[in-house]
Amino acid sequence: MKQTSVKVDSPVGVSRRQFLKTGSGVLMGTLAAGSGVLATLAPSRSWALTLSTLSEIEGGKILKVTRGIFPHDTLDDAVYALVVKDLDAAAANDAGVASLLRDGLQQLDELASGDWASLDYLARENLVIKMAGTDFFEKIRGTSVVSLYNNEMAWAHFGYEGSSYEMGGYFDRGFQDLDWLPDPGADASPAKA
Amino acid sequence: MANIKLDDDSAVVVIGSGAGGGTLANELCQKGIKVVLLEAGKRESAASFQNDEWGSFGQLSWLDKRTTSGSWRVARDFSGLPAWICKTVGGSTTHWAGASLRIQEHEFKARTHYGDVAGANLLDWPLTLQDLEPYYAKAEDKMGVTRTNGIPGLPGNNNFKVMYAGAKKLGYKNCHTGRMAINSRKRDGRPHCRQLGFCFQGCKMDAKWSTMNSEIPRAEKTGNLDLRPSAHVLRVEHDKSGKVNAVVYVDGDGKQQQQKARVVCVAGNSIESPRLLLNSESSMYPNGLANASGQVGRNYMRHMTGSVYATFDEPVHMWRGTTMAGIITDESRHDPSRGFVGGYEMETLSLGLPFMAAFLDPGGWGRDFCRAMDNYANMAGMWLVGEDMPQKDNRITVHATEKDQYGMPVPNVNFTDHPNDIAMREHAFGQGRAIYEAAGANQVYPVPPYPSTHNLGTCRMSAKAEDGVVNQHGQAHEIDNLFVSDGSQFTTGASENPTLTIVTLAIRQADYIAGQMSAKAI
Repeated sequence: MKQTSVKVDSPVGVSRRQFLKTGSGVLMGTLAAGSGVLATLAPSRSWALTLSTLSEIEGGKILKVTRGIFPHDTLDDAVYALVVKDLDAAAANDAGVASLLRDGLQQLDELASGDWASLDYLARENLVIKMAGTDFFEKIRGTSVVSLYNNEMAWAHFGYEGSSYEMGGYFDRGFQDLDWLPDPGADASPAKA
Repeated sequence: MANIKLDDDSAVVVIGSGAGGGTLANELCQKGIKVVLLEAGKRESAASFQNDEWGSFGQLSWLDKRTTSGSWRVARDFSGLPAWICKTVGGSTTHWAGASLRIQEHEFKARTHYGDVAGANLLDWPLTLQDLEPYYAKAEDKMGVTRTNGIPGLPGNNNFKVMYAGAKKLGYKNCHTGRMAINSRKRDGRPHCRQLGFCFQGCKMDAKWSTMNSEIPRAEKTGNLDLRPSAHVLRVEHDKSGKVNAVVYVDGDGKQQQQKARVVCVAGNSIESPRLLLNSESSMYPNGLANASGQVGRNYMRHMTGSVYATFDEPVHMWRGTTMAGIITDESRHDPSRGFVGGYEMETLSLGLPFMAAFLDPGGWGRDFCRAMDNYANMAGMWLVGEDMPQKDNRITVHATEKDQYGMPVPNVNFTDHPNDIAMREHAFGQGRAIYEAAGANQVYPVPPYPSTHNLGTCRMSAKAEDGVVNQHGQAHEIDNLFVSDGSQFTTGASENPTLTIVTLAIRQADYIAGQMSAKAI
């Protein structure tokens, strides 16, 4: 059996140790250890997000909306929190964004005829889907498509290895290590230098 | 490096330092001709390039305001970003993947071979493969193209192994690691490729040829080049006789400058080049420079493109190694029995996780999207690139009201697929799917075109002045000392990645300009 560079074997995709190690560089100043709003959403995790404009409750709800739009079941909340961080920054710069987000959350409660955030995750997701095409949905989707996938924690989760120059590229690190298909001959794929 | 005075009217002024402009500048300098090379972007280097997709995108891309129209999906998904090309010294040769294929003989005679395709504005090139062969040979040597000049091919990566396995099962005959302007061995003072996987982000090894790491330093050594980065050209001016005589640009300090010129060569890629000619309108040239035919900006081509990604039960790690690691050329023939004229190439391609999220299904979300991303490590990918039809209304125009940061009208890019383009894409999607299914794919994802990387044809070459903008040497039909030196010259798009041909035309054009200058014709 072949080895992947990152074993996807825990419910959160990466081991806790690896997660924290990877996260330390990215989350510095973003997710502060110990306390804060999102720690309550993932009480087993020692990270937290400091929000400037959105409230703790709003931040937590937006995280859940983001999970509904991009439902990676095993991707840790901490990665989704990076989207919330960027939306909070956008809301801080533009009051229109803040009200767009708040209005959207209110609409979700209306669709739920109650507290949308207290529904189970599939029920939440089904109502988020009903918001598709709205400015609220598009704002979160458009932010997520960059923020959710452009960070080292996500790379570790999905198995992407990021920058390679410092490691000398893949010349001696597996650029042709696929062994479940026959190797092309030397005419098609000459030996490396 | 030369220091050419602003009022010196003896130099050739080249606008744009990419495949066309950077090569032309060097070739002229080697002949002893003084060149002012104006580049809108900054000067980067292997040291400053980033193994980071979004970071590099911000560093190298041309992100000035542009607008879009037409029915192409790019206009909906990336309305302000019709093209993914560069503003930096070296232009888009910093970003290109390195595929270096000669245009085929029949493709230079598209009108003759394809006939009268309804809605297409086909024309034969005013030159032939035989005319270009000696220049292709020079370009391949200059660029160090693998599988030419005794240079071995590159070793194939995992992504190539998947393509190859599927291609063989389908019976394709021509599948290999391509003709690439990436060193497989140390050559020309540059090291061999170490399979970084960031060809699009500027090669941090300098193993990939670019005008930044090859032509421009070589031109500087002659003492004939005056390279001016951060020089954004606004317009080209002319004298009372109608000859061009100066270029007006904004320098890095935001000051407007006027550089006198004996000859002006425009090489800003196929959106900026026609835009510049159109924005240079005057009372003598009310429709813009070199535009008596009304063809400036028309026949914009972007290649028929699309991608196919597929996921497998086992890991692929496609991002490891060269971005364009291999090619299948069997479909690049003209065979109308497939339901379209012209042909296409199939080339491996990989995107990192950040760009895969952005391009897999622009605007996409939800469980299907997430399932594809969840299987990213087990994904292989290919790009499809084929000849698209020139159409008169696929064109660059200057916007009536929108202005850029310098107050100049922004370009609008209008594009709609020709039925031939659509038929070819459907065929290519089908073949790409078949290749990956033959290799064992569990899921196949046809992916729509990205913002254009191959921008072609907006100042096309033609034998007759009324059919195009420039002659076979890239010289404006209307103004003898004005040249177009980039892919805008292409009469038709052919199926091959265009950089090798742009470089080839620039080498040939340099010979012509030098001859015309010494004969005092310009």
